[in-house]
Amino acid sequence: MKWWKIMTIILLFYTLIGGFLLPVPRLAIVNESIRNLYFHVPMWFGMIIILAISVYYALRYLRQPTELNDLYAVESANVGILLGILGIVTGMVWAQYTWGTYWHGDPKQNASAIALLIYLAYSVLRNSLEDAQQRAKVSAVYNVFAFATLIPLLFILPRLTDSMHPGNGGNPGFNSYDLDSTMRMVFYPAVIAWTLLGWWIVTLRVRWRVLQNRVNENALKVESSLLA
Amino acid sequence: MKKLIFAFVFSLFLGINHLWAQSADKIEMADTMRANGKIYVVVAVLSIVLLGILIYLILIDRKITKLEREMK
Repeated sequence: MKWWKIMTIILLFYTLIGGFLLPVPRLAIVNESIRNLYFHVPMWFGMIIILAISVYYALRYLRQPTELNDLYAVESANVGILLGILGIVTGMVWAQYTWGTYWHGDPKQNASAIALLIYLAYSVLRNSLEDAQQRAKVSAVYNVFAFATLIPLLFILPRLTDSMHPGNGGNPGFNSYDLDSTMRMVFYPAVIAWTLLGWWIVTLRVRWRVLQNRVNENALKVESSLLA
Repeated sequence: MKKLIFAFVFSLFLGINHLWAQSADKIEMADTMRANGKIYVVVAVLSIVLLGILIYLILIDRKITKLEREMK
């Protein structure tokens, strides 16, 4: 097994065990639910990193249209969407207990919902095109625009208005609280762990799709040799 | 490169020991759950779930590797 997969497993267990057992700051309203920082927030960090990888491969595809570049772009986008959905759902549960409603209409909540819809449209666009090369090219271009809208939606717009999210709308970020260094000791490994887990799934999906394409190609060869 | 990344990641864990002390004030936390050790039940259950999912992922990985070898 590759070294980074072993690291993923170690870091995931560290996140889980350290995330529940290591001390956290005692804060009003969030109370013990502050530990969600190790599970909810890494979904978003992981999503951003995996989607950045996706747009990297989309750009690579536009320069060099190969099967692998396209497969990495699309499978990264898929895992990014998965992490985004997990992020939004876990966020809703957390919001119910700290803000009082599942959907608070918080600017960051709304913006991340829009961002997810933009990426879901990526899937719809891709699946609506028949020709493989056209599909790869059009979705690569769309991918670049999708990522370009993601940045202002998640990082700029929520900071310009009142947002309940820490670090937005004049709220202090979690890192400005006391005892922040204990949380960082779990939080950073957690981000790496969940991102690597996402990347692991991406590589599995890509390898599977490559195999699938080879099988299809072989079937076509057999078919044409039979016809000849 | 590998060693560098490993060293960086594990350096994040250093300095755990001196941070155990916690000031108890009026803010409600799951202190009872910690005192009677029930928190370990939660951690054990979640660890088993995570372990199961990871084993499944490793098995898929192995199966794909086997197929890749066969296709060559």
